[in-house]
Amino acid sequence: MSSEIIVNVCMGTGGIAAGGDLVMEEFTKQFEAAGIENATVKEKCKLHKVGCRGFCARDVLVDVNVDGAVSTYQYIQPEMVSRLIQDHVVGGRPVKEWLVGDDYHTFHDNQTKIVLGDLGKINPESINDYLGVDGYKAAEKALTTMTPAEVIATVKESGLRGRGGGGFPTGLKWSFCAANKSDQYYIICNADEGDPGAFMDRSVVEGNPHAVIEGMIIGAYAIGASIGYVYIRAEYPLAVDRLHMALKAAKEHGYLGEKLFGTDFNFKIKVKLGAGAFVCGEETALIASIEGERGMPRAKPPFPANKGLWGKPTIINNVETFANLPHILNKGAAWYASIGSEKSKGTKVIALTGKIRNTGLIEIPMGMPLKDIIFNIGGGIEGNRLFKAVQTGGPSGGCIPQQHIDLPVDYEGLASVGSMMGSGGMVVLDETDCMVNISKFFLEFTQSESCGKCVPCRIGTKRLLEILTRITEGEGKEGDIELLQELAEDVRDSSLCGLGMSAPNPVLSTIKYFRHEYEAHIKNKKCPAKVCNKLLTFFIREDMCVGCGMCLRACPVNAISGEKKMPHKVDNNLCIQCGSCFDACKFSAVLKE
Amino acid sequence: MAGLATKFGSGAMTNSVAEIAENEAMLVIGSNTTENHPIISLRMKEAVAKGAKLIVADPRKIPLVKFATLWLRHRPGTDSTLLNSIMNVILAEGLEDKKFIKDRTEGYEEFVKSLESFTPEYGEEITGVPAEDIKKAARIFASANNAGIYYAMGITQHVMGTYNVCAVGNLAMVTGNVGKYAAGVNPLRGQNNVQGACDMGSLPNVYPGYQKVDIPAIKQKFETAWGKTLSGNVGLTASEMTGAMLDGTLKGLYVFGENPALSDPNTTHSVKAFAALDFLVVQDIFMTETAQLADVVLPGTTFAEKEGTFTSSERRVQRVRKAIKSPGEVRLDLDIIDQIYKRVSGEGDVNQSPNPSDLFDEVAALWPGIAGINYDRLEKEGLQWPCPTADHPGTKFLFEQSFSREGGKALFTPVPFVASDELPDKEYPYVLTTGRELFHYHTGTMTRRSTGLNRIAPEAFVEVNPADADVLGVGQGEFLTVSSRRGSIKLKAKVSKIVPPNVVFIPFHYKEAAANLLTSDAMDPICKIMEAKVCAVRIEK
Amino acid sequence: MINLTIDGKSIEVAEGTTVLEAAKQLGIKIPTLCHDDRLKPFGACRLCIVEIAGMPKPVTSCTTPATAGMSVQTQSARLYRLRKTTVELLLSDHPNDCMTCIGTGECVLQELAYQYGIRENRFAGAMREHKRVDHNPFITRDQNKCVMCGLCVRVCDEVQGIGAIGYAERGFEAKVIPPFGHDLDCVFCGQCISVCPTGALSGSIWSGKPRMEGVKFTDTTCTYCGCGCNITLRSHGDQVIRVESKSDNHNRGWLCVKGRFGFDFINSTDRLTTPLIRREKGGHFEKATWDEALDHIAKKFNEIKEKNGPDALAGLSSARCTNEENYLFQKLFRAGIGTNNVDHCARY
Repeated sequence: MSSEIIVNVCMGTGGIAAGGDLVMEEFTKQFEAAGIENATVKEKCKLHKVGCRGFCARDVLVDVNVDGAVSTYQYIQPEMVSRLIQDHVVGGRPVKEWLVGDDYHTFHDNQTKIVLGDLGKINPESINDYLGVDGYKAAEKALTTMTPAEVIATVKESGLRGRGGGGFPTGLKWSFCAANKSDQYYIICNADEGDPGAFMDRSVVEGNPHAVIEGMIIGAYAIGASIGYVYIRAEYPLAVDRLHMALKAAKEHGYLGEKLFGTDFNFKIKVKLGAGAFVCGEETALIASIEGERGMPRAKPPFPANKGLWGKPTIINNVETFANLPHILNKGAAWYASIGSEKSKGTKVIALTGKIRNTGLIEIPMGMPLKDIIFNIGGGIEGNRLFKAVQTGGPSGGCIPQQHIDLPVDYEGLASVGSMMGSGGMVVLDETDCMVNISKFFLEFTQSESCGKCVPCRIGTKRLLEILTRITEGEGKEGDIELLQELAEDVRDSSLCGLGMSAPNPVLSTIKYFRHEYEAHIKNKKCPAKVCNKLLTFFIREDMCVGCGMCLRACPVNAISGEKKMPHKVDNNLCIQCGSCFDACKFSAVLKE
Repeated sequence: MAGLATKFGSGAMTNSVAEIAENEAMLVIGSNTTENHPIISLRMKEAVAKGAKLIVADPRKIPLVKFATLWLRHRPGTDSTLLNSIMNVILAEGLEDKKFIKDRTEGYEEFVKSLESFTPEYGEEITGVPAEDIKKAARIFASANNAGIYYAMGITQHVMGTYNVCAVGNLAMVTGNVGKYAAGVNPLRGQNNVQGACDMGSLPNVYPGYQKVDIPAIKQKFETAWGKTLSGNVGLTASEMTGAMLDGTLKGLYVFGENPALSDPNTTHSVKAFAALDFLVVQDIFMTETAQLADVVLPGTTFAEKEGTFTSSERRVQRVRKAIKSPGEVRLDLDIIDQIYKRVSGEGDVNQSPNPSDLFDEVAALWPGIAGINYDRLEKEGLQWPCPTADHPGTKFLFEQSFSREGGKALFTPVPFVASDELPDKEYPYVLTTGRELFHYHTGTMTRRSTGLNRIAPEAFVEVNPADADVLGVGQGEFLTVSSRRGSIKLKAKVSKIVPPNVVFIPFHYKEAAANLLTSDAMDPICKIMEAKVCAVRIEK
Repeated sequence: MINLTIDGKSIEVAEGTTVLEAAKQLGIKIPTLCHDDRLKPFGACRLCIVEIAGMPKPVTSCTTPATAGMSVQTQSARLYRLRKTTVELLLSDHPNDCMTCIGTGECVLQELAYQYGIRENRFAGAMREHKRVDHNPFITRDQNKCVMCGLCVRVCDEVQGIGAIGYAERGFEAKVIPPFGHDLDCVFCGQCISVCPTGALSGSIWSGKPRMEGVKFTDTTCTYCGCGCNITLRSHGDQVIRVESKSDNHNRGWLCVKGRFGFDFINSTDRLTTPLIRREKGGHFEKATWDEALDHIAKKFNEIKEKNGPDALAGLSSARCTNEENYLFQKLFRAGIGTNNVDHCARY
């Protein structure tokens, strides 16, 4: 046996959380242990840590690659490692029952991976791995063979638009910035990913940090910036570590610092840690934060491209935007523009979550219909329940109902139904989700993350939340829907920054498509999805109840009575609809109507 | 103001406060501006925010240092040496304004010669400021298009005060920074109407408008106007009066709205002098330390009770208006003076009261500098003199065309090294310097009666450097006895790096621990100002 | 120069002029709450929003620079609705206690409520509940009345250069406080009070004194240092109850702690109210009538003059008193007595 064997262990945050580091340790230990008799293993077998490949629900994912034939295993735990080595690595017999199934392949095969292409394949902690996939070739090409204007022209032609949410054409933004006369320009990578449930940027920085750095070098060259910043959440320790590691390696290889690629171009990157304020993802607030001020947005115009960090022309792009750039430079604008839809080019990374079988990080060509994402890549709704809606664009996005299931997912498509691309969050909702409650959930987030600077956002979101809360608690009044609508429109139209402008989206879109649910809450005092406890009546089915007493003990107001081993009863005059009994019952005997 | 008058022909802020914001460079020396002229300091901060370079020269780490590009911590009493060595660098590096010097000044050669010995190294030896910083200051100041100098009592209250002022003027001249917008030589006046009191002739040598009493033609003009024969002898300065009281030549004194018994340096000495008088009249709003020594006390009015004008530091004549009635039997100050005038001279109708507006017109007729100002014009806002005609808009900065000296040129005046009168020695090893703090004003007559101000700053203190505090074994807030050759006071220690080692600072607002019991009455021989800013003291626990 | 149209009227303005400033030049009033000409634009209150042709959404006129050919609309049904909602939102989190509030009558929020006729509030809900903590003798904070306009924070930073206060917390609970809730660097200039549009900040010594009824305003000049700040005295009867300064004067409305708060000496009970005479050397002061005191002085001065000559008399005038008083005082000595022995304490 003289075959080459490569074992990849998923070591993204998801992978590590599932035990990836323990699995890795076990592999290392066992490979090094004298007990493994086949000496070839030691010489021929390589063990790699790789970044997230998107299907975190199946972690720990492990590839065993024997001479190019890849078998992928799912749900691997340390105790399974010895059998994998014995049977597959040593014995050449894949462990069939641990292999991923067809759904793993449909999940991946329906994607178009550019940004995520190398994630899960290369070791993010090795610059050589990155160089092995043509790393830093694009930056070299730009700096040594193109003028800054040509770089900007190429990015313009590619049709690349900002992936942070706004969707502003990247090349155009760069040209605005470059048009300013200044002694200093700055380029900033926004890695302050703050949407709940979003992990696109984190995965990219963790899984392929050099691609981001290379993108920044290209952008810096295009606008003439000698200083760049990566503004990254301090709560992303692994991403921060790998970023620092990559910056150090890039500097040592001469990709950062002075006279890059033998040209006169100098560029250095500083890392600035964000303290977890959602609003700091807003570019002017981010700039304020780097300047040492409270992260509060500033009015635009002037736009950062004209007056940004320290009053100098500044470009802020998102992680994903930067990670696209090396590919565009390497393969050409025309290639990139050939992917995607008419006005939205290329691909989009999406965090697919919610009531769906295959949750994870995916990358799709712009314009892919919603239903393909949900039913092909996502594998459909969990538990065969009915699809209700999909919420896109993070906490400030909107909810898109069944009737728009064929909607192409691109900037225009999402906006046309009152939602947005945002940074790429996608939460699938089914019949068990209450839309009023969903919109309340998102308002809770945006309200608490408002910086408090402008009135509509500071107080308006609070009032929206209060009205939604009273509706879910059965206190809704005639006219509340109209009041919500009016206030939501006013907050949207008069807030200072994107946070306030988009915070009402969940309210507006749910009222638009699910007005009947609001009406049921207000007029009939019912929650059709049976989510809003205050609107439900709890009772115990005698035939199911075994009289274990769990519900009785859980009830905080002694509303449940019953003898041991005898069916229990809820006294609805005492019940406060907290739902504790429902959660406590192990026999599905507690019902709510 | 004798220094500036010699050099330019008159002494006042050459420029306006608003222009400070347009300075490219500023030198603030001997002025704790944020605490003593808070609103002027806002303009300095504005200039810094706009990119101006600020040089602060002060032995103490005053709050303005936070905004400074460069802080020169010179030893107390070495201001002119510091300035001379800065000018030495300017000449050595060819940074002087040759055209200005040629066209608008005289006495340059002698001045250049006088600077030869003031090398930055010599400057460092005398002032303690590193030679490198002296050079930096020279470059900052001389390379700016507009550079202003701002100073206050930290420059003047020294035995060599006049020389200090001359050195300040020389620096402005050598860099061409006088007679133009947003530059100049700017003494910041400590009291609301110092400028006005001087303008109005409350000086022993000049009538209103700085017209000399010993020039016969001028004397005659005033004799005609006032219908009296006037004395042609220059009178006594306030500091000379103290001596004259003690030697018995001065018998009667009328003190109006001041408290020299607390504000005079070496107050023990001046209190003795007041006691030696045959007759002392004090007119004030409170029973001040001086009033307590009087034979007659006259209750005066506050600014809120009267009509009139004040002239601010920037030569701005502004209206004071009556808001309320005075308490008790209090009479208007103007009435009181008028009554005494009428009763002393036996002339005029004692049943008539003077009208402030008429009095202002009377001065305006005698002093061309304010001939264009009257109460009607002041109704909306103040006017800056010179304002010679009724349609003149007032003057933002002085000497644009020429200086007020004969021939119209500014005079360079060589400034030799002069040491402070009383330097520390074995017996009195520390240098005491005095001043004001933000929350109080002068002798505290007004501010110490303000509950809020007195609550924030209730008691006297002496600032001591931590190194000295260590040697003395004194902790924060512990009592210290500070003594000089003239007196001794007991007050709490404020251990702070605001003062350098071997220097202590005491604010002079507090009568219960009056700093001026310690200070020296050594006098500048030219303008008769006393050396309140430097004396030697001993400190004991 | 830039040409633009506002509400159909053309105007030419300098480069860098904001839409709000341009409108002001045209005499068009746009409501504002967080704006002050003396400070950098902030764009927080959203009341000065205007519609600009070609822009999809209303923008704040205070932050938007005028550009050539711009067409601005300052009034429309849409703008009215948005402004009204904003005011209503502010009021929904504001104690409705104008009756007893120190800011009443000069409160921008109160005026806006009046202009938009807001009596009922559609958005009534939770209100902030800040405990009142004031450990200083000058500034009273009533944070429940704070509208978060940021004027106090900005004036402290931009004008005073102190930065004693900043923002804390987020969302509805956002508030202005000194670092860690202490008055660390405050110099009590009270600039913050002067720019506060509501009753959230006020002078502690104003408390309980009359607000508007029967109050007289007198423009005058500060009596402390040589800065010569223009001030306005508010008085009620014979009491000076407040000192403030107008923003269009040469000190731009800024004052220091002494000028703003150090006025209670005027109505001090320590004031001298009658002439006092020591009838014999070493004796006690006794009250005297004006005639007695003045005649006594005239007599003594004339005696000394006759016996020792006019130069045996001298006068110390005052750098604290008016020009007219100083003029008359030196004239008294020069013309009335015949000596040039007159000086003042300017040297100290």
